[in-house]
Amino acid sequence: MGCTAEDVVAALRAAAAVVQEHRDELVRLDQAIGDADHGENMKRGFTALVSRLDTEPPDTPARVLKLAATTLISTVGGAAGPLYGTAFLRASSAVGDAAELDRDAVARALQAALDGVVARGKAVVGDKTMVDALTPAVTAAASAEGTVAATLSAAADAAEEGASSTVPMVARKGRASYLGERSAGHLDPGARSTALLLRAFADAAAKA
Amino acid sequence: MTAAAPASRVGLVVVSHSDMLANGVAELAVQMAPDVAVLPVGGTEEGGLGTDYGAVVEALADADSGAGVVVLYDLGSAKMTAEMAVESADDPSRYAVVDAPLVEGAVAAAVTAQGGAPLPDVASAAEGASGEAPVAAPTRPALHLVPDAVSAEVLLTNEVGLHARPAALLARTVAELDADVVVRYGDEEANAASVLALMGLSAPGGKSITVVATGKDAAEAVRRIEELAERGFDD
Repeated sequence: MGCTAEDVVAALRAAAAVVQEHRDELVRLDQAIGDADHGENMKRGFTALVSRLDTEPPDTPARVLKLAATTLISTVGGAAGPLYGTAFLRASSAVGDAAELDRDAVARALQAALDGVVARGKAVVGDKTMVDALTPAVTAAASAEGTVAATLSAAADAAEEGASSTVPMVARKGRASYLGERSAGHLDPGARSTALLLRAFADAAAKA
Repeated sequence: MTAAAPASRVGLVVVSHSDMLANGVAELAVQMAPDVAVLPVGGTEEGGLGTDYGAVVEALADADSGAGVVVLYDLGSAKMTAEMAVESADDPSRYAVVDAPLVEGAVAAAVTAQGGAPLPDVASAAEGASGEAPVAAPTRPALHLVPDAVSAEVLLTNEVGLHARPAALLARTVAELDADVVVRYGDEEANAASVLALMGLSAPGGKSITVVATGKDAAEAVRRIEELAERGFDD
């Protein structure tokens, strides 16, 4: 029950569709506490990714993840470009040249992605960032049992909960941190997009 | 860049969310350091606000004439973009992303690079830059206590005194020589190698500064500074 390069491509396409669908919501969230560009930036990045996947689909999961990384770095912009780019790049390195990813590989990839995001953005849990969604997701994935789909589903559940936990937080990183106390009461757009992506991956895995 | 430059100088890359801001900072820095490559990278590919990873990668290569590049940034994500670009380079050790006030840091780094300083010195000039007070006094013993020091009272004949451009001219003059120079005005003392420290003295036109130099070219340093002041810093 492994996850092939084709499955990873399908998961990224699903993520692109979800990002497209939630573009306006992410813009609205970012308008409240940031610079209102997260929705558009993510849409631009994932649209570019889909068109590259159409023309040059890589042949291993690691290469697919690496293509996602390089595309997002150069097309998303903002903080999300380097952060998601680093996440996918580290995930790519973590899975090596395996033709199929099992649940352990997926959990390892998520852990590597989190480590990369933390190294790049220097945020910790409680700073009101995507780290608040990704950290519980990694923990949930590590202790999940069963299939890749079950692992990703547990990660997505935890990420959604983690994202919700950012609402009362006062931002300590990123553009929202300039607002200080006024950043409280809003869902963090980066945490939200992380939860959306993981849910899209989980749904795609369940269909595979 | 002049073809006759004796050795390659450290280059600068200014990464900003705004094209105008990046260009403005570069314009200011180049005025003080005409032979230094200062490359602005601002905005997204489509001309909006943001940072463009690909453009930063290109600028790093273009600004590097052999001595390395110091990278300055404005906001957090510009830092991340700059760091990623450096990590992806063939030799990341040729590049230094510095945490510095953008404008003061760029000016301090440019003037230090103009004097031919190596990468670590240009990076610390930027990091030590602050708009508030003169840069930390040199760690060596106060030069006016050194017996073989050459000193002179120099009247600032120009209208603005030791303002940005004159300060940069003075710092560059000193950088070309083998001499340690301090400039005193009132109770304040500044290392003449630091344009920001000189500016921090706030010495106005019509007043006199005290120049104290040591080292092989001490007398020449004082002579050139006197000459500069007599010419009104070419204002």
